[in-house]
Amino acid sequence: MQPAAANIGARFPQALRDAGLTALIALGVFLPLVGFQTVTNIRDALTLTTRWPLLLFLVGSIAAVRFVYVVALAPRFERGARLIPQRASAAAANILRNWFIPFAVAFVIVYPMLVVLTVGFGGAVRWIDNFGIQILIYVMLGWGLNIVVGLAGLLDLGYVAFYAVGAYSYALLAKAFGLSFWILLPLAGTLASFWGILLGFPVLRLRGDYLAIVTLAFGEIIRLILINWVPVTNGYAGIGSIPRPTFFGIPFNADDNGFAAVFGLEFSPIYRVGFLYYVILALALVTCFFNVRLRRLPIGRAWEALREDEIACRSLGINTTNTKLTAFAMGAMFAGFAGSFFAARQGFISPESFTFLESATIVAIVVLGGMGSQIGVAIAAVIMIGGTEMMRRIEFLKQIFGPTFDPTQYRMLLFGLAMVAIMRWRPRGLIATRTPSAFLRKRRNISVDLVKEGRG
Amino acid sequence: MTAHDGSTVLRVEHLSMRFGGLVAVDDLSFEVQRGTITALIGPNGAGKTTVFNCITGFYRPTEGRLALQRGDPAVWQALEALTNSGQRGVLRPDGALFLLERMPDYLVAQQARVARTFQNIRLFAGMTVLENLLVAQHNPLMLASGYTVLGLLGLPPYAAAERVARDKARHWLERFSLIERADDPAGELPYGAQRRLEIARAMCTDPVLLCLDEPAAGLNPRESAELNELLLLIRDECAISMLLIEHDMSVVMNISDHVVVLDYGIKIADGAPEAVRNDPKVIGAYLGVGDEEVARVEAEVGL
Repeated sequence: MQPAAANIGARFPQALRDAGLTALIALGVFLPLVGFQTVTNIRDALTLTTRWPLLLFLVGSIAAVRFVYVVALAPRFERGARLIPQRASAAAANILRNWFIPFAVAFVIVYPMLVVLTVGFGGAVRWIDNFGIQILIYVMLGWGLNIVVGLAGLLDLGYVAFYAVGAYSYALLAKAFGLSFWILLPLAGTLASFWGILLGFPVLRLRGDYLAIVTLAFGEIIRLILINWVPVTNGYAGIGSIPRPTFFGIPFNADDNGFAAVFGLEFSPIYRVGFLYYVILALALVTCFFNVRLRRLPIGRAWEALREDEIACRSLGINTTNTKLTAFAMGAMFAGFAGSFFAARQGFISPESFTFLESATIVAIVVLGGMGSQIGVAIAAVIMIGGTEMMRRIEFLKQIFGPTFDPTQYRMLLFGLAMVAIMRWRPRGLIATRTPSAFLRKRRNISVDLVKEGRG
Repeated sequence: MTAHDGSTVLRVEHLSMRFGGLVAVDDLSFEVQRGTITALIGPNGAGKTTVFNCITGFYRPTEGRLALQRGDPAVWQALEALTNSGQRGVLRPDGALFLLERMPDYLVAQQARVARTFQNIRLFAGMTVLENLLVAQHNPLMLASGYTVLGLLGLPPYAAAERVARDKARHWLERFSLIERADDPAGELPYGAQRRLEIARAMCTDPVLLCLDEPAAGLNPRESAELNELLLLIRDECAISMLLIEHDMSVVMNISDHVVVLDYGIKIADGAPEAVRNDPKVIGAYLGVGDEEVARVEAEVGL
């Protein structure tokens, strides 16, 4: 005990120095970002206001965290890093597979009922819509992108473009031809995968950073087309009053032939939201099923082989062009499904919903979850999207910083923090093992240290 | 037109490969006979791997004809017609003839059935040994899975095809004594086992011609002796032809039936191992001197 205490004492001067330096850097960063704020006053003129208490709080807490880290946590982490046995993660993965998945699936199926039981009809809509549906959309997008990034190792930063294609396909075709959601869903997927192939061709020979830049540009091109092709897309104003999906032809409204009336229930938006929840849940599970199945099929193995070594693939007679294009097409197809669902759920879409930030969020979900891992991606989506939604509901912070304080404005800051933390402690994502797609005797998970991330 | 020996599997004629001003391979011609092991040797930078890359379609040769035949030797009769037709190959029920210089790399492997290994091992390190061998059987499995559609539905024809593929993988794993490591990631294998796995993976594509780029590099004498036996066994059992780049003379002299020697992209010798070993030109190339100086240098180093 004595030497440990002495150690802590010995680290004090260094910790103080470190904390001071960190505070200085934080001050430099946050003074312009947080310290000053431009506000439009009543005469419509910009005025500069200051937010010293908030700045002080931020800088102070950063310095304090640094101080505690250097004094108490850093030595423990160094010791801990040496002691953590390699087996632990494999055992954890086994537990995860055996218990977590059935439990999670059961939970998402009963989730709407649980919510209704706990908060009643009125409050449930918000919980099912903002949490359930929102998270499931991103889980689905994460699983779709997982095919391209996680399996085939092609870093696609413009994934939101296919999401947009799906959304606009549904919105435009439903409004112009009055086709139903269930006809347009596969059509939107097909159109999106067509665009996936279209993007695939020019980027076939590109790898790494170059591929990332071109896909990023592709995402922007689609968004700019949506903004500027006003006669078709209505530009920034977006497309409104998009037909909502119906329950096999029965609309969810308060009419006499609406869902509630037909089934003799009292009208409530909960039925529509609940229906949408199960639709996106089914779509997400289909995506998951495809992912799992494809991995065990030759095409999935070829994708993973492509990520590992493209030249070896070619020497084994694998047509890498087709393999890459199918990866792009498959990934895009699921984004198209998700997009058409998004349009049907919102009833209104505009280019604002398809910015680069969305692409970055989806890539972050895949990277955070562990590339190629289904469960990891789902957990990451829950943390990232659920976390953001939770922040909207945190009321007590307003009592500290005043009623104008909006915690969601700090979303990106927390994003960044989470990313730094993940890269520091779990650089290959939350689930850092790869499960082999076939085995002769015993399935043994592979540590991702051996698995390549793909240079494409 | 030269008379065609019925047992030729690969004919390389006037192969030249230039990279800008550099002539890596200059007017090289040789033949590989069916069921034999042909070694391609030469000092570093002689252009051996370039020849491999031309044969396997990774490079498109600047000039030359690379003709590969399988099945009935009578298809060689079609060579001139095929060359003039501009087609990639002729497929007949009893045999096939391909012009490799006209084919992209994956078709050379898929249709002409030329398999290769690499000088710096190229395994799928993050996939298991078994998965590596299943990836090698991609094309037949893809067909069986109905280009993924039938496989996705989990229909029986695909399950049967996968069983066959596993059995074949198991067969080659037993052959190369890798069966104990079947479920380990390929990247975890020791170096010698990785070399063997790469050859096993190439064999899973049912090749007509197997091109091995320095298979014994980095192996200890015992391992390379085992490899010799294994290669001879494969040659005899599967009746496949091998083209081999090797620096280890114990491998070259022990197992090859025919040796082609390259120096600065030019063929300097071509014949049986014994004849090549005693050729002053070859000795000169390896010692880095002209052949008139060979005797003096040999005396100097005490050969």
